[in-house]
Amino acid sequence: MRPAWSIIFFTSISGLGFGLAAWLVLGFVDLTNPEHLLVVGVATMALIIAGLLSSTFHLGHPERAWRALTQWRSSWLSREGVLAVLALIAMAVWGLYYIRHGTPPFWASGLIAVLLALTVYATSMIYASLHTVARWHHPLTPVCYLMFAASSGLMAVLSVLAVLGQKIGAPLLLATILMVASAWGVKIIWWQLAGAVGSGSSLATATGLGDLGPVRSIMPPHTSENYLQHEMGFVVARKHAAQLRAIALLVGGVLPMAALFLLAAAPLVLTMALAAHMAGIFIERWLFFAEAKHSVTIYYGDAH
Amino acid sequence: MTSLPEPSAIKLGLVIDLDICVGCQACVVNCKEWNTSGYGAPLSDENAYGENPSGAWLNRVHAYEAGTGADARTVHFPKSCLHCEDAPCVKVCPTGASFKRAEDGIVLVNEEWCIGCGLCAWSCPYGAREMDPSEGVMKKCTLCVDRIYNANLPAEDQVPACVRTCPTNARHFGDLGDPGSDVSRLVAARGGFDLMPEQNTKPVNKYLPPRPRRVADDTPVSLLAMAEDATPSGFWKWVDSTLERLG
Ligand code: SF4
Ligand code: SF4
Ligand code: SF4
Repeated sequence: MRPAWSIIFFTSISGLGFGLAAWLVLGFVDLTNPEHLLVVGVATMALIIAGLLSSTFHLGHPERAWRALTQWRSSWLSREGVLAVLALIAMAVWGLYYIRHGTPPFWASGLIAVLLALTVYATSMIYASLHTVARWHHPLTPVCYLMFAASSGLMAVLSVLAVLGQKIGAPLLLATILMVASAWGVKIIWWQLAGAVGSGSSLATATGLGDLGPVRSIMPPHTSENYLQHEMGFVVARKHAAQLRAIALLVGGVLPMAALFLLAAAPLVLTMALAAHMAGIFIERWLFFAEAKHSVTIYYGDAH
Repeated sequence: MTSLPEPSAIKLGLVIDLDICVGCQACVVNCKEWNTSGYGAPLSDENAYGENPSGAWLNRVHAYEAGTGADARTVHFPKSCLHCEDAPCVKVCPTGASFKRAEDGIVLVNEEWCIGCGLCAWSCPYGAREMDPSEGVMKKCTLCVDRIYNANLPAEDQVPACVRTCPTNARHFGDLGDPGSDVSRLVAARGGFDLMPEQNTKPVNKYLPPRPRRVADDTPVSLLAMAEDATPSGFWKWVDSTLERLG
Protein backbone atom coordinates (compact mmCIF):
# COMPACT_ATOMS: atom_id res chain seq x y z
CA MET A 1 0.00 0.00 0.00
CA ARG A 2 1.28 3.45 -0.88
CA PRO A 3 2.42 5.27 2.28
CA ALA A 4 0.75 8.69 1.94
CA TRP A 5 2.42 11.29 4.16
CA SER A 6 -0.90 12.87 5.06
CA ILE A 7 -2.12 9.55 6.49
CA ILE A 8 1.14 8.82 8.32
CA PHE A 9 1.05 12.28 9.88
CA PHE A 10 -2.65 11.96 10.68
CA THR A 11 -2.41 8.64 12.51
CA SER A 12 0.74 9.44 14.47
CA ILE A 13 0.09 13.10 15.41
CA SER A 14 -3.58 12.61 16.28
CA GLY A 15 -2.49 9.51 18.26
CA LEU A 16 -0.02 11.69 20.17
CA GLY A 17 -2.72 14.32 20.80
CA PHE A 18 -5.32 11.80 22.00
CA GLY A 19 -2.76 10.05 24.20
CA LEU A 20 -1.60 13.29 25.79
CA ALA A 21 -5.23 14.39 26.30
CA ALA A 22 -6.03 11.13 28.07
CA TRP A 23 -3.11 11.50 30.51
CA LEU A 24 -4.05 15.16 31.09
CA VAL A 25 -7.67 14.44 32.04
CA LEU A 26 -6.44 11.62 34.26
CA GLY A 27 -4.49 14.22 36.23
CA PHE A 28 -0.87 13.55 35.25
CA VAL A 29 -0.17 17.30 34.99
CA ASP A 30 -1.15 19.88 37.58
CA LEU A 31 -3.36 22.33 35.67
CA THR A 32 -4.65 24.45 38.55
CA ASN A 33 -2.99 27.50 37.04
CA PRO A 34 -5.60 28.58 34.42
CA GLU A 35 -2.85 29.88 32.14
CA HIS A 36 -1.19 26.48 32.13
CA LEU A 37 -4.52 24.81 31.49
CA LEU A 38 -5.19 27.11 28.55
CA VAL A 39 -1.76 26.72 26.92
CA VAL A 40 -1.55 22.95 27.41
CA GLY A 41 -5.18 22.43 26.46
CA VAL A 42 -4.94 24.47 23.28
CA ALA A 43 -1.65 22.82 22.30
CA THR A 44 -3.15 19.35 22.78
CA MET A 45 -6.24 20.17 20.79
CA ALA A 46 -4.07 21.75 18.09
CA LEU A 47 -2.16 18.47 17.72
CA ILE A 48 -5.41 16.55 17.32
CA ILE A 49 -6.88 19.05 14.88
CA ALA A 50 -3.64 19.19 12.84
CA GLY A 51 -3.78 15.41 12.55
CA LEU A 52 -7.41 15.39 11.53
CA LEU A 53 -6.89 18.19 9.00
CA SER A 54 -3.95 16.45 7.40
CA SER A 55 -6.16 13.39 6.86
CA THR A 56 -8.34 15.53 4.61
CA PHE A 57 -5.37 16.51 2.39
CA HIS A 58 -5.48 13.32 0.35
CA LEU A 59 -9.22 13.62 -0.30
CA GLY A 60 -10.52 14.31 -3.78
CA HIS A 61 -13.17 16.60 -2.27
CA PRO A 62 -12.08 17.94 1.14
CA GLU A 63 -14.93 20.49 1.10
CA ARG A 64 -17.38 17.60 1.54
CA ALA A 65 -15.45 16.07 4.46
CA TRP A 66 -18.34 16.75 6.86
CA ARG A 67 -20.31 14.03 5.06
CA ALA A 68 -17.87 11.53 6.52
CA LEU A 69 -19.60 12.01 9.91
CA THR A 70 -22.84 10.46 8.69
CA GLN A 71 -22.20 6.71 8.30
CA TRP A 72 -21.05 5.78 11.80
CA ARG A 73 -23.42 2.79 11.80
CA SER A 74 -21.30 0.87 9.30
CA SER A 75 -18.01 2.66 8.62
CA TRP A 76 -14.97 2.81 10.95
CA LEU A 77 -13.71 5.89 9.13
CA SER A 78 -16.96 7.63 9.91
CA ARG A 79 -16.88 6.43 13.54
CA GLU A 80 -13.36 7.79 13.86
CA GLY A 81 -14.54 11.21 12.70
CA VAL A 82 -17.58 11.28 14.99
CA LEU A 83 -15.59 10.09 18.02
CA ALA A 84 -12.85 12.65 17.35
CA VAL A 85 -15.39 15.49 17.26
CA LEU A 86 -17.06 14.21 20.44
CA ALA A 87 -13.66 13.89 22.13
CA LEU A 88 -12.71 17.48 21.24
CA ILE A 89 -16.03 18.79 22.59
CA ALA A 90 -15.66 16.73 25.78
CA MET A 91 -12.12 18.06 26.29
CA ALA A 92 -13.31 21.65 25.89
CA VAL A 93 -16.13 21.10 28.41
CA TRP A 94 -13.68 19.42 30.79
CA GLY A 95 -11.34 22.43 30.58
CA LEU A 96 -14.14 24.96 31.17
CA TYR A 97 -15.37 22.97 34.16
CA TYR A 98 -11.81 22.85 35.52
CA ILE A 99 -11.47 26.64 35.33
CA ARG A 100 -14.86 27.28 36.99
CA HIS A 101 -15.12 24.53 39.60
CA GLY A 102 -11.69 22.87 39.86
CA THR A 103 -10.91 19.22 39.17
CA PRO A 104 -13.91 17.51 37.50
CA PRO A 105 -15.27 14.34 39.14
CA PHE A 106 -13.12 11.33 38.38
CA TRP A 107 -15.91 9.40 36.65
CA ALA A 108 -16.24 12.21 34.10
CA SER A 109 -12.50 12.33 33.46
CA GLY A 110 -12.42 8.55 33.24
CA LEU A 111 -15.22 8.58 30.67
CA ILE A 112 -13.36 11.13 28.57
CA ALA A 113 -10.20 8.99 28.69
CA VAL A 114 -12.27 6.04 27.46
CA LEU A 115 -13.69 8.19 24.68
CA LEU A 116 -10.16 9.20 23.65
CA ALA A 117 -9.03 5.57 23.63
CA LEU A 118 -12.08 4.61 21.56
CA THR A 119 -11.17 7.28 19.02
CA VAL A 120 -7.68 5.82 18.58
CA TYR A 121 -9.24 2.36 18.39
CA ALA A 122 -11.53 3.57 15.61
CA THR A 123 -8.53 4.98 13.70
CA SER A 124 -6.84 1.58 13.87
CA MET A 125 -10.00 -0.25 12.84
CA ILE A 126 -10.12 1.70 9.55
CA TYR A 127 -7.15 -0.49 8.60
CA ALA A 128 -7.65 -3.56 10.79
CA SER A 129 -11.16 -4.14 9.43
CA LEU A 130 -9.96 -4.59 5.82
CA HIS A 131 -9.91 -8.27 4.78
CA THR A 132 -8.05 -7.27 1.64
CA VAL A 133 -4.82 -6.45 3.47
CA ALA A 134 -3.95 -9.60 5.42
CA ARG A 135 -1.18 -7.89 7.38
CA TRP A 136 -3.54 -5.28 8.81
CA HIS A 137 -6.39 -7.67 9.49
CA HIS A 138 -4.99 -8.81 12.82
CA PRO A 139 -6.29 -8.40 16.40
CA LEU A 140 -2.99 -6.84 17.49
CA THR A 141 -3.24 -3.97 14.99
CA PRO A 142 -5.52 -1.86 17.25
CA VAL A 143 -3.31 -2.73 20.24
CA CYS A 144 -0.28 -1.28 18.41
CA TYR A 145 -2.12 1.97 17.70
CA LEU A 146 -3.37 2.26 21.29
CA MET A 147 0.05 1.50 22.77
CA PHE A 148 1.82 4.12 20.63
CA ALA A 149 -0.85 6.73 21.43
CA ALA A 150 -0.33 5.98 25.13
CA SER A 151 3.48 5.96 24.94
CA SER A 152 3.82 9.12 22.85
CA GLY A 153 1.21 10.82 25.06
CA LEU A 154 3.14 9.91 28.17
CA MET A 155 6.43 11.11 26.65
CA ALA A 156 4.63 14.38 25.90
CA VAL A 157 3.42 14.57 29.53
CA LEU A 158 7.06 14.51 30.66
CA SER A 159 7.94 17.37 28.28
CA VAL A 160 4.94 19.39 29.49
CA LEU A 161 5.89 18.82 33.13
CA ALA A 162 9.45 19.93 32.45
CA VAL A 163 8.38 23.01 30.50
CA LEU A 164 5.91 24.02 33.24
CA GLY A 165 8.62 23.46 35.82
CA GLN A 166 6.69 20.74 37.64
CA LYS A 167 8.41 17.86 39.38
CA ILE A 168 8.86 14.60 37.48
CA GLY A 169 8.81 11.75 39.96
CA ALA A 170 10.96 8.66 39.54
CA PRO A 171 7.86 6.36 39.33
CA LEU A 172 6.48 8.40 36.41
CA LEU A 173 9.85 8.25 34.67
CA LEU A 174 9.99 4.51 35.12
CA ALA A 175 6.39 4.08 33.99
CA THR A 176 7.16 6.03 30.81
CA ILE A 177 10.21 3.89 30.06
CA LEU A 178 8.09 0.76 30.57
CA MET A 179 5.31 2.18 28.40
CA VAL A 180 7.71 2.94 25.53
CA ALA A 181 9.32 -0.49 25.89
CA SER A 182 6.01 -2.33 25.85
CA ALA A 183 4.69 -0.31 22.89
CA TRP A 184 7.69 -1.39 20.81
CA GLY A 185 7.41 -4.89 22.30
CA VAL A 186 3.88 -5.23 20.95
CA LYS A 187 5.06 -3.83 17.62
CA ILE A 188 7.83 -6.44 17.40
CA ILE A 189 5.29 -9.19 18.06
CA TRP A 190 3.00 -7.66 15.41
CA TRP A 191 5.88 -7.60 12.92
CA GLN A 192 6.30 -11.34 13.49
CA LEU A 193 2.65 -12.38 13.54
CA ALA A 194 0.64 -10.03 11.35
CA GLY A 195 0.12 -11.26 7.84
CA ALA A 196 2.14 -14.39 8.48
CA VAL A 197 -0.79 -16.63 7.57
CA GLY A 198 -1.73 -14.60 4.48
CA SER A 199 -5.24 -13.97 3.24
CA GLY A 200 -5.81 -17.40 1.73
CA SER A 201 -6.15 -15.71 -1.65
CA SER A 202 -3.91 -16.71 -4.54
CA LEU A 203 -3.98 -16.47 -8.30
CA ALA A 204 -5.77 -19.84 -8.24
CA THR A 205 -8.68 -18.49 -6.14
CA ALA A 206 -8.56 -15.06 -7.79
CA THR A 207 -9.07 -16.51 -11.27
CA GLY A 208 -10.82 -19.75 -10.31
CA LEU A 209 -8.45 -21.49 -12.74
CA GLY A 210 -6.55 -23.44 -10.09
CA ASP A 211 -8.08 -26.75 -11.22
CA LEU A 212 -6.25 -26.46 -14.54
CA GLY A 213 -2.85 -26.35 -12.84
CA PRO A 214 -0.54 -23.51 -11.87
CA VAL A 215 -1.75 -20.08 -13.02
CA ARG A 216 0.54 -17.25 -14.07
CA SER A 217 -0.07 -13.77 -15.38
CA ILE A 218 1.14 -13.42 -18.97
CA MET A 219 -0.18 -9.99 -19.89
CA PRO A 220 -1.37 -7.08 -17.74
CA PRO A 221 -4.58 -5.37 -18.84
CA HIS A 222 -2.88 -2.02 -19.44
CA THR A 223 0.51 -0.82 -20.58
CA SER A 224 1.41 1.60 -17.78
CA GLU A 225 0.68 1.98 -14.08
CA ASN A 226 -2.96 2.61 -13.15
CA TYR A 227 -4.64 3.87 -9.97
CA LEU A 228 -4.80 0.37 -8.48
CA GLN A 229 -1.10 -0.25 -8.89
CA HIS A 230 -0.20 3.25 -7.75
CA GLU A 231 -2.33 3.01 -4.58
CA MET A 232 -2.06 -0.67 -3.72
CA GLY A 233 0.91 -2.01 -5.62
CA PHE A 234 3.55 -0.29 -3.46
CA VAL A 235 5.58 -2.79 -1.47
CA VAL A 236 8.94 -1.90 0.01
CA ALA A 237 11.81 -4.31 -0.63
CA ARG A 238 12.31 -6.85 2.15
CA LYS A 239 15.90 -5.88 2.81
CA HIS A 240 14.97 -2.24 3.32
CA ALA A 241 12.05 -3.19 5.52
CA ALA A 242 14.38 -5.02 7.90
CA GLN A 243 16.77 -2.05 8.05
CA LEU A 244 13.94 0.42 8.56
CA ARG A 245 12.48 -1.67 11.37
CA ALA A 246 15.84 -1.59 13.11
CA ILE A 247 16.12 2.18 12.64
CA ALA A 248 12.56 2.70 13.96
CA LEU A 249 13.35 0.62 17.05
CA LEU A 250 16.61 2.43 17.66
CA VAL A 251 15.35 5.98 17.11
CA GLY A 252 11.86 5.53 18.51
CA GLY A 253 12.59 3.09 21.34
CA VAL A 254 16.19 2.70 22.47
CA LEU A 255 17.16 6.36 22.11
CA PRO A 256 14.29 7.94 24.10
CA MET A 257 14.46 5.24 26.77
CA ALA A 258 18.20 5.78 27.21
CA ALA A 259 17.65 9.53 27.40
CA LEU A 260 15.00 9.14 30.09
CA PHE A 261 17.14 6.70 31.98
CA LEU A 262 20.36 8.67 31.92
CA LEU A 263 19.59 12.38 31.57
CA ALA A 264 15.95 12.88 32.48
CA ALA A 265 14.55 16.16 33.82
CA ALA A 266 16.21 18.64 31.43
CA PRO A 267 13.33 20.03 29.33
CA LEU A 268 15.48 20.02 26.20
CA VAL A 269 16.44 16.36 26.62
CA LEU A 270 12.82 15.38 27.23
CA THR A 271 11.62 17.25 24.16
CA MET A 272 14.37 15.68 22.04
CA ALA A 273 13.42 12.27 23.41
CA LEU A 274 9.78 12.89 22.45
CA ALA A 275 10.89 13.99 18.97
CA ALA A 276 12.95 10.81 18.59
CA HIS A 277 10.03 8.69 19.75
CA MET A 278 7.77 10.37 17.19
CA ALA A 279 10.36 9.91 14.43
CA GLY A 280 10.39 6.20 15.25
CA ILE A 281 6.59 6.11 15.10
CA PHE A 282 6.67 7.88 11.70
CA ILE A 283 8.99 5.19 10.33
CA GLU A 284 6.86 2.46 11.93
CA ARG A 285 3.73 3.98 10.35
CA TRP A 286 5.45 4.31 6.96
CA LEU A 287 6.32 0.62 7.13
CA PHE A 288 2.76 -0.21 8.23
CA PHE A 289 1.67 0.90 4.76
CA ALA A 290 4.74 0.14 2.71
CA GLU A 291 4.99 -3.48 3.83
CA ALA A 292 1.29 -4.19 3.37
CA LYS A 293 0.16 -6.17 0.34
CA HIS A 294 -3.32 -5.77 -1.08
CA SER A 295 -5.15 -8.72 -2.60
CA VAL A 296 -5.60 -6.90 -5.91
CA THR A 297 -1.87 -7.25 -6.58
CA ILE A 298 -2.53 -10.98 -7.00
CA TYR A 299 -4.33 -10.21 -10.25
CA TYR A 300 -1.17 -8.51 -11.46
CA GLY A 301 0.83 -11.63 -10.76
CA ASP A 302 2.28 -10.96 -7.31
CA ALA A 303 2.78 -14.04 -5.17
CA HIS A 304 1.08 -13.84 -1.77
CA MET B 1 -27.00 4.67 4.00
CA THR B 2 -23.92 2.53 3.61
CA SER B 3 -25.37 -0.28 5.68
CA LEU B 4 -26.26 -3.01 3.21
CA PRO B 5 -29.92 -3.52 2.31
CA GLU B 6 -31.64 -6.87 2.85
CA PRO B 7 -30.54 -9.19 0.04
CA SER B 8 -32.71 -8.33 -2.96
CA ALA B 9 -34.77 -10.96 -4.80
CA ILE B 10 -33.50 -9.60 -8.11
CA LYS B 11 -29.73 -9.78 -8.42
CA LEU B 12 -28.63 -8.28 -11.71
CA GLY B 13 -25.18 -9.23 -12.84
CA LEU B 14 -22.88 -10.61 -15.49
CA VAL B 15 -21.80 -14.10 -16.39
CA ILE B 16 -18.44 -14.20 -18.15
CA ASP B 17 -17.43 -17.22 -20.19
CA LEU B 18 -13.69 -17.79 -19.88
CA ASP B 19 -13.92 -20.52 -22.50
CA ILE B 20 -14.95 -18.06 -25.18
CA CYS B 21 -13.34 -14.70 -24.40
CA VAL B 22 -10.58 -13.95 -26.90
CA GLY B 23 -9.24 -10.88 -25.10
CA CYS B 24 -10.11 -8.50 -27.92
CA GLN B 25 -10.72 -5.62 -25.43
CA ALA B 26 -13.85 -4.51 -27.29
CA CYS B 27 -15.86 -4.62 -24.04
CA VAL B 28 -13.22 -2.47 -22.34
CA VAL B 29 -13.40 0.18 -25.04
CA ASN B 30 -17.17 0.19 -25.35
CA CYS B 31 -17.49 0.41 -21.55
CA LYS B 32 -15.28 3.49 -21.54
CA GLU B 33 -17.11 4.96 -24.51
CA TRP B 34 -20.56 4.57 -22.94
CA ASN B 35 -19.64 5.51 -19.41
CA THR B 36 -17.56 8.55 -20.25
CA SER B 37 -20.76 10.21 -21.40
CA GLY B 38 -23.28 8.46 -19.17
CA TYR B 39 -23.72 8.12 -15.41
CA GLY B 40 -21.69 10.69 -13.42
CA ALA B 41 -18.51 12.50 -14.36
CA PRO B 42 -16.64 11.57 -17.57
CA LEU B 43 -13.97 8.88 -17.24
CA SER B 44 -10.88 10.99 -17.58
CA ASP B 45 -7.45 10.03 -18.87
CA GLU B 46 -4.12 11.57 -17.98
CA ASN B 47 -1.29 11.92 -20.42
CA ALA B 48 -3.37 9.95 -22.91
CA TYR B 49 -0.91 10.34 -25.80
CA GLY B 50 2.25 10.50 -23.70
CA GLU B 51 4.70 7.92 -22.52
CA ASN B 52 2.79 6.70 -19.47
CA PRO B 53 -0.91 7.13 -20.11
CA SER B 54 -3.30 6.40 -17.27
CA GLY B 55 -6.94 6.93 -16.55
CA ALA B 56 -10.12 5.54 -15.04
CA TRP B 57 -11.52 2.39 -16.66
CA LEU B 58 -14.29 0.24 -15.26
CA ASN B 59 -13.48 -3.01 -17.01
CA ARG B 60 -10.04 -4.50 -17.53
CA VAL B 61 -9.02 -7.70 -19.32
CA HIS B 62 -6.08 -9.66 -17.89
CA ALA B 63 -4.48 -12.69 -19.55
CA TYR B 64 -3.27 -15.76 -17.71
CA GLU B 65 -1.69 -19.05 -18.54
CA ALA B 66 -3.17 -21.98 -16.64
CA GLY B 67 -1.69 -25.47 -16.54
CA THR B 68 1.70 -26.65 -17.75
CA GLY B 69 3.27 -28.19 -20.82
CA ALA B 70 1.09 -29.23 -23.72
CA ASP B 71 -1.99 -28.82 -21.56
CA ALA B 72 -1.29 -25.16 -20.71
CA ARG B 73 -3.80 -22.72 -22.07
CA THR B 74 -4.19 -19.01 -22.37
CA VAL B 75 -7.23 -17.62 -20.58
CA HIS B 76 -8.35 -14.07 -21.21
CA PHE B 77 -9.89 -12.71 -18.08
CA PRO B 78 -12.21 -9.69 -18.08
CA LYS B 79 -12.76 -8.13 -14.65
CA SER B 80 -15.17 -5.45 -13.48
CA CYS B 81 -17.28 -4.87 -10.36
CA LEU B 82 -18.97 -8.10 -9.29
CA HIS B 83 -21.84 -6.28 -7.51
CA CYS B 84 -21.16 -8.31 -4.38
CA GLU B 85 -23.99 -9.34 -2.08
CA ASP B 86 -21.85 -8.58 0.98
CA ALA B 87 -20.07 -5.60 -0.54
CA PRO B 88 -17.25 -4.38 1.76
CA CYS B 89 -16.87 -1.25 -0.39
CA VAL B 90 -20.35 -0.13 0.65
CA LYS B 91 -19.84 -0.79 4.36
CA VAL B 92 -16.56 1.13 4.67
CA CYS B 93 -17.75 4.26 2.88
CA PRO B 94 -17.92 7.07 5.47
CA THR B 95 -20.22 9.35 3.48
CA GLY B 96 -23.00 7.12 2.21
CA ALA B 97 -21.82 7.77 -1.36
CA SER B 98 -21.34 4.05 -1.98
CA PHE B 99 -24.56 2.11 -1.88
CA LYS B 100 -26.19 -1.10 -3.00
CA ARG B 101 -29.64 -0.78 -4.53
CA ALA B 102 -32.32 -2.65 -2.62
CA GLU B 103 -34.35 -3.33 -5.76
CA ASP B 104 -31.78 -5.03 -8.00
CA GLY B 105 -28.53 -5.25 -6.06
CA ILE B 106 -26.53 -2.90 -8.31
CA VAL B 107 -23.65 -1.23 -6.41
CA LEU B 108 -23.29 2.46 -7.28
CA VAL B 109 -21.46 5.60 -6.19
CA ASN B 110 -23.32 8.86 -5.65
CA GLU B 111 -20.66 11.20 -7.01
CA GLU B 112 -22.25 14.26 -5.40
CA TRP B 113 -21.46 12.84 -1.97
CA CYS B 114 -18.15 11.09 -2.61
CA ILE B 115 -15.20 12.78 -0.89
CA GLY B 116 -12.65 10.72 -2.81
CA CYS B 117 -11.12 9.10 0.27
CA GLY B 118 -10.36 5.90 -1.62
CA LEU B 119 -11.23 3.58 1.27
CA CYS B 120 -13.80 1.69 -0.82
CA ALA B 121 -11.10 0.87 -3.39
CA TRP B 122 -8.92 -0.43 -0.55
CA SER B 123 -11.72 -2.67 0.66
CA CYS B 124 -12.47 -4.24 -2.73
CA PRO B 125 -10.43 -7.43 -3.13
CA TYR B 126 -10.79 -7.35 -6.92
CA GLY B 127 -9.60 -3.87 -7.83
CA ALA B 128 -12.96 -2.98 -9.30
CA ARG B 129 -12.89 0.70 -8.29
CA GLU B 130 -10.70 3.42 -9.71
CA MET B 131 -10.45 7.05 -8.65
CA ASP B 132 -11.13 9.49 -11.44
CA PRO B 133 -7.90 11.46 -11.85
CA SER B 134 -9.55 14.76 -12.71
CA GLU B 135 -12.83 14.65 -10.77
CA GLY B 136 -11.45 13.16 -7.55
CA VAL B 137 -14.44 10.86 -7.15
CA MET B 138 -14.64 7.07 -7.18
CA LYS B 139 -15.66 5.39 -10.43
CA LYS B 140 -16.92 1.86 -10.86
CA CYS B 141 -19.05 -0.33 -13.12
CA THR B 142 -22.70 0.75 -12.93
CA LEU B 143 -23.90 -2.34 -14.77
CA CYS B 144 -24.94 0.33 -17.28
CA VAL B 145 -27.88 1.27 -15.09
CA ASP B 146 -28.54 4.04 -17.63
CA ARG B 147 -28.96 1.49 -20.47
CA ILE B 148 -30.67 -1.51 -18.94
CA TYR B 149 -33.76 0.45 -17.83
CA ASN B 150 -33.63 2.95 -20.69
CA ALA B 151 -36.89 2.68 -22.63
CA ASN B 152 -35.53 5.12 -25.25
CA LEU B 153 -33.13 2.47 -26.47
CA PRO B 154 -34.15 -0.42 -28.74
CA ALA B 155 -34.72 -3.62 -26.74
CA GLU B 156 -31.47 -5.24 -27.93
CA ASP B 157 -29.48 -2.28 -26.57
CA GLN B 158 -31.01 -2.47 -23.09
CA VAL B 159 -28.06 -4.52 -21.81
CA PRO B 160 -24.67 -3.37 -20.48
CA ALA B 161 -22.40 -1.90 -23.16
CA CYS B 162 -19.80 -4.66 -22.69
CA VAL B 163 -22.40 -7.38 -23.23
CA ARG B 164 -23.80 -5.64 -26.30
CA THR B 165 -20.41 -5.24 -27.90
CA CYS B 166 -18.74 -8.58 -27.20
CA PRO B 167 -18.14 -10.12 -30.64
CA THR B 168 -17.88 -13.66 -29.27
CA ASN B 169 -20.86 -13.69 -26.90
CA ALA B 170 -18.59 -14.34 -23.94
CA ARG B 171 -20.62 -11.97 -21.75
CA HIS B 172 -24.15 -12.53 -20.50
CA PHE B 173 -26.39 -10.24 -18.49
CA GLY B 174 -29.42 -11.17 -16.41
CA ASP B 175 -31.02 -11.85 -13.04
CA LEU B 176 -28.87 -14.22 -11.03
CA GLY B 177 -31.42 -14.13 -8.21
CA ASP B 178 -33.91 -16.05 -10.37
CA PRO B 179 -32.85 -19.70 -10.63
CA GLY B 180 -34.89 -20.07 -13.82
CA SER B 181 -33.23 -17.20 -15.72
CA ASP B 182 -31.00 -17.90 -18.72
CA VAL B 183 -27.91 -16.72 -16.85
CA SER B 184 -28.67 -18.86 -13.77
CA ARG B 185 -29.21 -21.93 -15.96
CA LEU B 186 -25.95 -21.23 -17.76
CA VAL B 187 -24.12 -20.98 -14.44
CA ALA B 188 -25.67 -24.25 -13.24
CA ALA B 189 -24.91 -26.08 -16.49
CA ARG B 190 -21.31 -24.93 -16.81
CA GLY B 191 -20.28 -24.90 -13.13
CA GLY B 192 -19.99 -21.12 -12.81
CA PHE B 193 -17.85 -19.93 -9.88
CA ASP B 194 -17.08 -16.93 -7.65
CA LEU B 195 -13.77 -15.05 -7.65
CA MET B 196 -11.89 -15.17 -4.31
CA PRO B 197 -14.72 -16.82 -2.37
CA GLU B 198 -12.47 -16.72 0.74
CA GLN B 199 -12.89 -12.93 0.89
CA ASN B 200 -16.56 -13.50 1.82
CA THR B 201 -17.90 -10.82 -0.50
CA LYS B 202 -20.47 -13.14 -2.14
CA PRO B 203 -20.11 -11.81 -5.70
CA VAL B 204 -23.22 -11.76 -7.89
CA ASN B 205 -21.21 -11.94 -11.14
CA LYS B 206 -20.12 -15.45 -12.05
CA TYR B 207 -17.36 -16.85 -14.24
CA LEU B 208 -17.68 -19.95 -16.43
CA PRO B 209 -14.55 -22.14 -16.55
CA PRO B 210 -12.81 -23.09 -19.80
CA ARG B 211 -14.36 -26.31 -21.13
CA PRO B 212 -12.31 -29.49 -20.76
CA ARG B 213 -9.96 -30.14 -23.68
CA ARG B 214 -11.30 -32.49 -26.33
CA VAL B 215 -8.71 -35.25 -26.65
CA ALA B 216 -7.72 -35.58 -30.31
CA ASP B 217 -6.93 -39.00 -31.85
CA ASP B 218 -3.24 -38.49 -32.32
CA THR B 219 -2.36 -41.31 -34.85
CA PRO B 220 -1.00 -39.43 -37.86
CA VAL B 221 -3.14 -39.67 -40.96
CA SER B 222 -1.35 -40.93 -44.10
CA LEU B 223 -2.58 -39.29 -47.29
CA LEU B 224 -0.83 -41.88 -49.46
CA ALA B 225 -2.64 -44.74 -47.77
CA MET B 226 -5.89 -42.86 -48.24
CA ALA B 227 -5.16 -42.45 -51.95
CA GLU B 228 -4.19 -46.11 -52.45
CA ASP B 229 -7.16 -47.38 -50.50
CA ALA B 230 -9.57 -45.48 -52.67
CA THR B 231 -11.29 -47.85 -55.14
CA PRO B 232 -13.04 -45.86 -57.84
CA SER B 233 -16.57 -46.75 -58.91
CA GLY B 234 -18.93 -45.99 -61.87
CA PHE B 235 -17.52 -43.65 -64.54
CA TRP B 236 -14.18 -43.28 -62.72
CA LYS B 237 -13.85 -47.07 -62.58
CA TRP B 238 -14.21 -47.21 -66.37
CA VAL B 239 -11.65 -44.38 -66.80
CA ASP B 240 -9.30 -46.11 -64.44
CA SER B 241 -9.49 -49.51 -66.16
CA THR B 242 -9.28 -47.94 -69.69
CA LEU B 243 -6.14 -46.02 -68.73
CA GLU B 244 -4.62 -49.14 -67.25
CA ARG B 245 -5.33 -51.08 -70.46
CA LEU B 246 -3.68 -48.35 -72.46
CA GLY B 247 -0.62 -49.08 -70.54
S1 SF4 C 1 -16.45 -6.13 -6.79
FE1 SF4 C 1 -15.47 -4.68 -5.41
S2 SF4 C 1 -16.45 -2.73 -5.89
FE2 SF4 C 1 -17.78 -4.31 -6.72
S3 SF4 C 1 -19.27 -4.74 -5.09
FE3 SF4 C 1 -17.61 -6.23 -4.86
S4 SF4 C 1 -16.24 -5.27 -3.39
FE4 SF4 C 1 -17.57 -3.64 -4.15
S1 SF4 D 1 -14.01 7.28 -2.19
FE1 SF4 D 1 -16.13 8.04 -2.20
S2 SF4 D 1 -17.39 6.22 -2.49
FE2 SF4 D 1 -15.35 5.52 -1.86
S3 SF4 D 1 -15.43 5.29 0.38
FE3 SF4 D 1 -14.68 7.36 -0.03
S4 SF4 D 1 -16.51 8.65 -0.06
FE4 SF4 D 1 -17.21 6.54 -0.26
S1 SF4 E 1 -15.45 -8.18 -25.83
FE1 SF4 E 1 -15.87 -10.31 -25.28
S2 SF4 E 1 -14.20 -11.47 -26.23
FE2 SF4 E 1 -13.57 -9.33 -26.25
S3 SF4 E 1 -12.37 -9.10 -24.34
FE3 SF4 E 1 -14.48 -8.52 -23.84
S4 SF4 E 1 -15.43 -10.42 -23.09
FE4 SF4 E 1 -13.55 -11.00 -24.13
